Amino acid sequence: MAEGRATDTSASDASASDASASDASASDARIAAAARAGDALLAAAIFALDPAAIGGIAVRTDRGLPCERWLGLLRELLDEALPLRRLPPHIDDERLLGGTDLASTLGCGRPVYARGLLAEADGGVILMSMAERVPARLAAVVAAALDSGSVPGAGAAREGLHPARFGLVALDSGQGEDEHCPVVLAERLALHIDLHGVHPDDLANSPVDRATLARARSRLAAIRSDAVAISALCDAAAACGIDSLRAPLLALRVAQASAALDDRDAVDETDLQSAARLVLGPRARVVPEAPAQGEASPEGESQSTSEPPAASDSPRNADTRPPEQASAPADAEAQPPEAEAPPTEAEAPPEATAPAAPDTAGELDQQLITAARATLPAGLLAGIGLGDSPMPRSSAAGRAGAVILKGRRGRPGGVRSGRPRHGSKLNIVATLRTAAPWQRLRRAQLQAAGARLQGAQPRASAAVPRVQVRVEDFCVTWFRQRSETATLFVLDASGSSAMHRLAEVKGAVELLLAECYVRRDQVAVVAFRGRSAELVLPATRSLVRAKRLLAGLPSGGATPLAAGLALAHELAGQLRRRGLAPVLVILTDGQANIARDGSAGRAAAQQDALLVARQLRAAAFRSLLIDTAPRPAPLARVLAEALQARYLPLPYADARALAGAVQSVA
Amino acid sequence: MGAPFPFSAIVGQDEMKLALLCVAIDPSIGGVLIFGDRGTGKSTAIRALSALLPPSKVIADCRYGCDPARRANWCSECLARPPKQQALTRTVPVPVVDMPLGATEDRVVGSLNLEQALNSGVRSFEPGLLAQANRGFLYVDEVNLLEDHLVDLLIDVAASGENVVEREGLSVRHPARFVLVGSGNPEEGELRPQLLDRFGLSVEITTPKDIALRVEVVRRRDQFEREPQAFMNTWRKHEQKQRREIIAARKRLASVRVDNEALRWAAQLCMRVGTDGLRGELTLIRAARALAALHGRPTVGHEELVRMAPPALRHRLRRDPLDEAGSTLRIERAIGEQGTALG
Repeated sequence: MAEGRATDTSASDASASDASASDASASDARIAAAARAGDALLAAAIFALDPAAIGGIAVRTDRGLPCERWLGLLRELLDEALPLRRLPPHIDDERLLGGTDLASTLGCGRPVYARGLLAEADGGVILMSMAERVPARLAAVVAAALDSGSVPGAGAAREGLHPARFGLVALDSGQGEDEHCPVVLAERLALHIDLHGVHPDDLANSPVDRATLARARSRLAAIRSDAVAISALCDAAAACGIDSLRAPLLALRVAQASAALDDRDAVDETDLQSAARLVLGPRARVVPEAPAQGEASPEGESQSTSEPPAASDSPRNADTRPPEQASAPADAEAQPPEAEAPPTEAEAPPEATAPAAPDTAGELDQQLITAARATLPAGLLAGIGLGDSPMPRSSAAGRAGAVILKGRRGRPGGVRSGRPRHGSKLNIVATLRTAAPWQRLRRAQLQAAGARLQGAQPRASAAVPRVQVRVEDFCVTWFRQRSETATLFVLDASGSSAMHRLAEVKGAVELLLAECYVRRDQVAVVAFRGRSAELVLPATRSLVRAKRLLAGLPSGGATPLAAGLALAHELAGQLRRRGLAPVLVILTDGQANIARDGSAGRAAAQQDALLVARQLRAAAFRSLLIDTAPRPAPLARVLAEALQARYLPLPYADARALAGAVQSVA
Repeated sequence: MGAPFPFSAIVGQDEMKLALLCVAIDPSIGGVLIFGDRGTGKSTAIRALSALLPPSKVIADCRYGCDPARRANWCSECLARPPKQQALTRTVPVPVVDMPLGATEDRVVGSLNLEQALNSGVRSFEPGLLAQANRGFLYVDEVNLLEDHLVDLLIDVAASGENVVEREGLSVRHPARFVLVGSGNPEEGELRPQLLDRFGLSVEITTPKDIALRVEVVRRRDQFEREPQAFMNTWRKHEQKQRREIIAARKRLASVRVDNEALRWAAQLCMRVGTDGLRGELTLIRAARALAALHGRPTVGHEELVRMAPPALRHRLRRDPLDEAGSTLRIERAIGEQGTALG
């Protein structure tokens, strides 16, 4: 917005307007931060009201003082009697879901099962810090517990279910858009708040206290919500491009909680607005149509700068106050309909004022959409330009996949008997299992031995341990060490441009192969030309074989880029399943002209290629795209972005440069 | 948690519901794979099955829930029982077993009973999830995130209908025939082709785009959560009707005729879309037969075949890992080309 205004102004007073524009944007940011603080307080109150029903809060934060303050407030709101458990990202299944309690098992000589953390937290709250680092599998397990409100029982009570109804607070300290709380969890947490840039003083005290909450809780069950409210939330969710029906449902619960907090027995539009802001806005995938009312006027800005006191003293108040009191002019929702508005613009709190009660459902919809717009994720506007979504669906799972492969522990390779040594660790349950059948025998042996020594040591028999584990019972879990890399070349062998690069690529493959004995790497080559793609060189370390196969590689013809990428995807998946870490090196100029179904046509081909590229990205393969066009064109760059690959324009490169570039990725 | 959300109260998602009903009528169709966006009611539908389906008879003391009427599928324990005990039966709800992603191999295949081993030094087998799921449903949510070693295990057991345990000094085999139901979000990972093949039907679901439908979904869910008892009462009739239909369809199933024209039509369609192997035709015919039974038709007609062709075939088309929507289109196009006449 600031820039937009600067360009409007004539050149003569450009500098003056620049200064005022930067002032305005600074105050915009302040307002936004204050609004975020207000939302955070409201979210804490709503969550504390009924943690399990709300699901939880995803908190985007960089873990500073604001976060501490906020957590402190939340703790004050929650009953001390309720369990509060912290869940670290490295928790194991045993501890999470319950399992054998080793200490007691060894002590009593019979298996003792302990509840897991999820069951322990029943009725309370789980605090998950570093939510952005949580592996996909852990996230899925927690999500299943959130869904069903129970965890499968362990041990003897296997058939039974332990209740595990809890609310989850996910502290997501991810940097940038790629790092975020796993979507499978975020989806189930009703409230999404952002503490970035929030001043700790704005979080000084909560608008509600425990007594209010207790009163509200007793009301909650009786809160009514009519069909108009439900349909308004559904409409708003649809306008924000949210497919999941969990979002409007969670929004409805939040609205009900908000009504209970305000001592009302029916949901009204302020509740719905809060719900839209806290639940729908952060999930939006498209920018909803700006409401018609409220002109975008230059004056609107100066007015919004005068707004902060009203907005910042707490949206809770703003919401609860009668509409006419909330703020003077009902035009703070003035949203300049500029598509290129910077993200901070979209975050400004335009709806802090609640306009007069709506007469029609349509008007209510508009209000909710305006409210949701207030909390659109930063970067949404920029992201849409790339045909991308603000909640990247893919990288959550992909990241965890990569972590597992790169993890120091490697893939668990199984359990076998042996002593714990480097690269393996004692598997106690398996050890106990191995020891179990021998217990009677050993006890008898020991007692017999004790009886013989009775004379010398009269109390020896008392010292017989209940469970006797011997060295030969030891079982270890071993992990496969860091997986080796497989470099998969995806080679555009079409006539369009890449033909003259074939020689360099062949050279690069040979150079890499020459080194791969040391690096324990493998190399594979996929080539595509004409109408299809083929696997020229299956993953190998054999230099001889590679040379022979590459020598006969034909070139020329059309460019079925999508087919090439799809085959690469399949192969990379296979390599990964074999425990290798695939790295894709794609050499192309991006000028696809054959679609997936084999038909010619540039537009369809391009689209298919991008589609496959996104799928590749979803699988989180490391990749490098080398633009082989003589003059690097945007086509390949777009493709690299879809792949999230490193992009390297190499108009003039020899085999050695290529090999160097590949090694820097792998 | 109390009773699950009633199956008949699920709004829309007809293909998914139909697929689940078909495998409930004829488990030999194989599993059902449900791929779709989040928040579309995948888990809701599957968890509702247990309450919907008519309960089944099992041998009273059997840990694997053997069917008294099918001696061929009995476990070794039941075969060893005296005839008097064999005749004792009880009625239990159809098991719908959740296989959590975090499940250990022990938990899935069963393991040494630790307590018995420690106390009396006896090696005895403690059945796992596969045993529990025998004659019922095994549900794997986020099936595409399942660890490889568990996938291997599932593939093997689903193919053989028997769980063979050779570990920790145990040597046990027991029947494990279940309908494998997997759900997931295709954007988070793919399924191994071998596992994909084990699913008879595959369903794609999306959120309803119609606002009225979406409102209805949220409204019902809200009602269910606030007043579960009243909600269940409202839907009890529908549930009972649905259950009666399933029972009737099971009875009819054996008498539904599949004539040569229908077989030829299915074979032609499979050739046209280029599925690998004959499993596609087989599944299509079985699914169409189950549907005909559900609808009370005496023979499998064109309508049933057309209806079941997409779910039976879409995951069997020649490798096109991403473009699932495209494969549905391909099937529909092929059906169009083939014309409506049987034969």
